[in-house]
Amino acid sequence: MRDRIGTIENRISIRSIATDPRAKAAVHSSKTLQVKGVESIEISDLIWFDPPLDDEARKKVTQFLVDPLLQSAAWGIESSSASHTVEIAFLPGVTDSEAREVQRAALVLGIDVKAVATGRRYEIHGPVTADGVAILTRRLLANSVVERWAINEYVDPPIGVLASVPDPVQRIPLGNDAALDALNRERAMALDVEELLVVRDYFLSLGRDPSDVELEMIAQTWSEHCAHKTFRARLFDEHGNELKSLLGRIKEATEKINAEYVISAFVGNAGIISYDGEHTLALKCETHNHPSAVEPFGGANTGVGGVIRDILGAAHDPIACTDILCFGPQNLHVDQLPAGSLHPQRIHDGVIAGVADYGNKIGLPTIAGAVLYDPGYIANPLVFAGCIGQSTLSAPSLSGPNVGDAVVVIGGRTGRDGIRGATFSSLTMDASTGEIAGASVQIGDPLTERLVMEVLREARGLYTAITDCGAGGLSSAVGEMAEGIGASCELDLVPLKYSGLAPWEIWLSESQERMVLAATNPEPLRQLCVEKGVDFAVIGTFTGDNKLIVTASGEVVIDLDTQFLHDGRPQRRMELVAPLVRGREDVPKLKSSIVETLLQLLQHPNIASKASVVHRYDHEIGGATVVRPLSGSELDGHSDGTVWIDPRRETGFAIGIGVNPWFGLGDPESMGWLVVDEAIRNSVCAGADPKKCSLLDNFSWGDPRDPIVLGQLSSTVDGMCAASLAFNAPFVSGKDSLNNAWTEADGSRSSIPPTLVVTAVAEIEAKNVLTPDLKTPGNVLVLIGSTNAEFGGSHLGMILEDPRGVVPRIDEAAPVRYNRFHAAITKGLVKSAHDCAEGGLGVSIAEMCIGGRLGADITMLPTPDSVIGWFSESTGRIVAEVDPADLGEFQDVMGEAVLVIGTVTADPALKLLNDGYVAITDLLAAWQR
Amino acid sequence: MKSPKALVVAAPGTNRDADVALALELAGAIPQRVTPTDLESKPQLLVEAEILVLAGGFSYGDNTGAGRLFALDLETHAGEKLRDFIASAKPVIGICNGFQALVRAGLLPGSQGRAALGHNASGTFDCRWVELKPSSKKCVWTRDLTSNIECPIAHGEGRFVCDEDTVAKLQDADSIAFTYVGVNPNGSVGDIAGICDESGVVLGLMPHPENHVLVRQNPRGRMTGLGLDLFRSGVRYAMER
Repeated sequence: MRDRIGTIENRISIRSIATDPRAKAAVHSSKTLQVKGVESIEISDLIWFDPPLDDEARKKVTQFLVDPLLQSAAWGIESSSASHTVEIAFLPGVTDSEAREVQRAALVLGIDVKAVATGRRYEIHGPVTADGVAILTRRLLANSVVERWAINEYVDPPIGVLASVPDPVQRIPLGNDAALDALNRERAMALDVEELLVVRDYFLSLGRDPSDVELEMIAQTWSEHCAHKTFRARLFDEHGNELKSLLGRIKEATEKINAEYVISAFVGNAGIISYDGEHTLALKCETHNHPSAVEPFGGANTGVGGVIRDILGAAHDPIACTDILCFGPQNLHVDQLPAGSLHPQRIHDGVIAGVADYGNKIGLPTIAGAVLYDPGYIANPLVFAGCIGQSTLSAPSLSGPNVGDAVVVIGGRTGRDGIRGATFSSLTMDASTGEIAGASVQIGDPLTERLVMEVLREARGLYTAITDCGAGGLSSAVGEMAEGIGASCELDLVPLKYSGLAPWEIWLSESQERMVLAATNPEPLRQLCVEKGVDFAVIGTFTGDNKLIVTASGEVVIDLDTQFLHDGRPQRRMELVAPLVRGREDVPKLKSSIVETLLQLLQHPNIASKASVVHRYDHEIGGATVVRPLSGSELDGHSDGTVWIDPRRETGFAIGIGVNPWFGLGDPESMGWLVVDEAIRNSVCAGADPKKCSLLDNFSWGDPRDPIVLGQLSSTVDGMCAASLAFNAPFVSGKDSLNNAWTEADGSRSSIPPTLVVTAVAEIEAKNVLTPDLKTPGNVLVLIGSTNAEFGGSHLGMILEDPRGVVPRIDEAAPVRYNRFHAAITKGLVKSAHDCAEGGLGVSIAEMCIGGRLGADITMLPTPDSVIGWFSESTGRIVAEVDPADLGEFQDVMGEAVLVIGTVTADPALKLLNDGYVAITDLLAAWQR
Repeated sequence: MKSPKALVVAAPGTNRDADVALALELAGAIPQRVTPTDLESKPQLLVEAEILVLAGGFSYGDNTGAGRLFALDLETHAGEKLRDFIASAKPVIGICNGFQALVRAGLLPGSQGRAALGHNASGTFDCRWVELKPSSKKCVWTRDLTSNIECPIAHGEGRFVCDEDTVAKLQDADSIAFTYVGVNPNGSVGDIAGICDESGVVLGLMPHPENHVLVRQNPRGRMTGLGLDLFRSGVRYAMER
C-alpha cells in the first residue's frame, strides 16, 4: 500500500483566468435541476503524481502545463472560501488519456513518475444546502458509472489500487430448472428458458460443467444484441399462422431488386456498394441507446467509435459520420423525471458533446443527421451513429482466416471496462440500471482509434480477415472469425491495462479501440503498428478443427464447438398481434391565425433550427462536404440531403435521412413506407440519382416479447420492404436495438415510440448538386405530389394536442415522380428544391425563404381548405424553384400535374395567399427561438 | 524553376494533413508527410525542403491543452533545426493545431511578445465559415493576396489572447496576418485570426484555408475568396527566394 495522503497532496490544480465555460454551463444547469442558491462555481483541473515530485520537477511541470496568459496553478491541497467543494476522480480502470499523455510528457521532461491521474474540483459559492450539493454532484457534475467523488473533502485519486489477485476460473454446475433460472438472473445472461435448456444439454453431453468463461461467451454470442434473435425468430400471428422472419423479408426484398451496384448486403460488419465504376462504399449505422442513457458522453462517444470500427472491420477507410438523436423534452420539470433517469437536457448536452468529441478528434466529418424530441424518449434516449467508408474495386479481397493464420489484436489495451455490454443492451432498464450497468459503459479514446485507422489504411494486403472488437469484446470478435474454422487463444498474451482481471473479464471486456485480424505472416503488420505507436499482439492461431480453445495460465477455460456456438441456439418462436391503424380524416381546428400557427410550428423543437448542434461537429474536414447540413445565403438554413464528393473527383454521394416515430404510433406499416420515401426524397432534393440509391435500416423498439410491440415491428418491416421494392432501392445493412423499455416507479411498463431510421445513400454528380434556399426573385415556385387531409402524427396535431388525424397514405406514384424530378435536375431546370415534411407546405416554404433570405408570394394552394393546404404532412411532395422560362420544359419532363403555387420575391416577406403576410425576420426569429 | 518540396508535419492525432497536402499540390508544391521524429532521424528532410507546414488536427487528442505536446515534440526532436530553417527565411505555416503548436513552442509571436490560444468565448468547439482580411504586407504568405479569404474554422481553442503591449508590437511590426471580418467566432483580441513572426516567413492561423481550394467547396457557390491563393503566395515565395 502506498502512502495515500502523500498522493492526495501531491497534485497540481490548474484553473482558467477567464470564466471557465464549464462553470457557466454548470450554474445554468443547476437551475434546471431546481437546486437553489448556486451563485457561482469555480472549476480547477487536478493532476496527481506518484511518487511525489521535488521542487524542481514541480517547477518544470508547472512551466509545461500552465500558460500564465490563460491559467493559474497551485500545488498541494488548497483552502477555499467556497460554501462547498466537490472533487471528482475517475474510478480505477477507466480510460484516462489525459493522464497517459501527462506521464509521457513528464518522461520527456526528464521527470520519473510511476503513475498520473486527472480529476476536477468544483468550488460552489452561494447558500446551497448539503442536499443541494449532493443532487448537483450526482445529477450534474459527476457520473457514478465512471467516476467517484468527495464533497467538502479531498478525493482519492485512482492510483496504486489495482494490484488485486484475479478471481480464478469457476466451474459452474447447471442444476435444475430453478437453479438455471437463478443463474441466468445472477449473471445477467438475458437468455431464454429454451436456450438455457440447450446449454445444459450440451454440457451434459460433454459430461462436464461449463466454466464461467464459457457461460459468459454463450450468453454474449446468443444475446439479442449479437444474434438478432427477434429479427431471425419464427413468427406467428394471432391466428397461429407462421410469418416469414423479419430479416428474411428484408433480405428477400434486396435479392429481388438485385441491384448491380450492391456488392454485399447483410453480411459482415457493413453493407458494401460500388459507385462511380471505380470505388466502393461501406455503409453502417449503429445504435448506442442504453449506454447513452446512463452515461451520455461516454455512451455517445463510444457509439461513434464503435461504428467507425465497423467500417474498419469491413476493410474500408472511414470518410464520414452521421448521427440521429432522440431526446426527451428539454424543458421537462424535474418532478416529472422518472427515478434513476438523467434529465433530458443533461443527456442532450452529454450526447452531443460525446458525438462531437469523437468525430472531431478522429478527424471525420459529421455530415448528416437529425435531432428529435418526444416525451417517449425521456428515460430512454436514442443515439444512432452512422459511418461511411471507402475503398476501391481493385482492392485485394479478403480470403481468410486461413488455417495457421495468427489471431492478432491491435489498438487499445484490455481492461475491466465495458463488461457485459452486449447482454446489458439486451435487457430492459429500471431505476437501478445506472448503478448495475456501471461497468458496461466506457469512455472512448479517439486518438488511439485514429492511429489504428492510419495503420489499417496502409495494411491492406497484410491480413486475410478483420473484424472489430465491439459488443462482446474478444469473445464476439474471435468467436465470429473462428466460425467454421476454429481457433486457439492464450489470454496471457492479451495486452492489459492493469493486472487483476479474471479470465472471463479479459475475454468479454469491451475496452474500446481494438481490432482483431487474421494474418498469415504477422511481422509486417507488427512493424507498421510499431511505426504508428499502436499496440500489437498475437494471441493465438486459427486451427481448422472447428473448436474454440482458450487457455489462461495453462488452464483450458473454453473448449467449445464453434458450430454449437453459432448454430446451436434454438430459433426463437414469437407471437405477434397485428396493430390497429388509428386515425380519421379529421382536419384539426386552429386556435390562432395561419400566420401565428406557422410561427408556432417553426418554434417546435423538431422543426426549429439545429444550428447550435451542427456547429459543434466538424463537417468540413476532408474538403469533400459539398452540401453541408446548413446552407443558404447566411449558411443557417437546413439542407435536405447532404453531399460528399472527393475534391479530386466529380462523382460522390448524397445522404438523406428518414425518421418519423409519430407516424409509427398511428400506423406502423405506413411509417415503414413513408420513412423510406422521406430518406430517398431528401437525397433527390440534393440532386442525387434515385436509381442508384442504397438504404440502411435502424430499428429502435420496445420489448418484442409484447405481442403488440412485435406486431408493430412486423408491420413496419412490411411497409419498409414494400417501399424498398417500389423505389427499387435495396437495403444493404441494418441494425435493431430492441428492449428500449423501462419500468416506471409505479411498476407499469413504458417503451419508446416505434422508431425506424432509414438512411439513403445515393450517387450524385457534382454538376447536379442543389440546396433548398431560394435563389432568384422572379422564379416560380411549384409543388409536385398531392395534398390530402392527413394529420396523423403531424406537427400541427402536436401543437394543437389533437392526435386524431390519419397518417399520410403511401404514394405509389412517388418513385416515378422522383426519377422524373431527377431528370429535370440533370437538365438544369431546378434552382432549389425542398421536401414537404414536418409542418407541411407552410413550413417548407418558410424554410426556403429563411435559407435564401428572399420572400415568396404564394398565390395558389393545392386544396381549397387552407389548413390542409398549409399544414397537412402528405407524403411524396417537393417544392421546387424554377426559372419561368424553363417552366414548360419542366412540366414536360415531369409528365404529371405540376402546381404553380407562387413566385420568389425580393421583398423579404412570405405572402400566404389570403391568409396573411409575415416578414422573413419574424420567420427567422421564431425558427431560431 | 522546379516545384518546391513541402514537409507536412503530423503528430499522432493530426488529421488535416491530407487536406493541406492537396492545397500545396494544387498550389504547385510537392508535399511529403513526416512526423516530428522524422525531422530528427532524417536530417536531410529539412535541408531539402523549401516549405514547412504544421497541419491541423488534435495532436495527442488535445490532452494537456491544444498543441502543447506537439510543441514539446518539435522542441525535443528538431528545435535547433527548426530555428535554422526559419533563420534561412524558408516559409513556415501552422494551421489551427499547427498554429497552437507554434505559439506553445515560442516561435510565434517570437520576440514580439507573448500570446496564447484559449478556449473559444462560446465555450465549445465551433465549425463555421468565416471571412478573413489579409492585413500584412510583410508576411510572405499574405502579401500577394488582393481580396479577402473565405474558409471554415473548426476549433475549440482558438481565442487569440495576448497583453496590450504585444498587440501594439504586432501592429507596429505589420505582423497581424489575418483578422476576422464581420463575425469574430471565438472572441480573439482585435479580431486576430492569424499572425506572423518578425521576419514574415512564419505564419500561424486558426482557420482552414486548405478547405477552400476548389470553387465547389464554397458553400454559397461564390467564385471568390479561395484559400488556395494563400498557398500559391507561399509557394511562389519559396520558388523565388
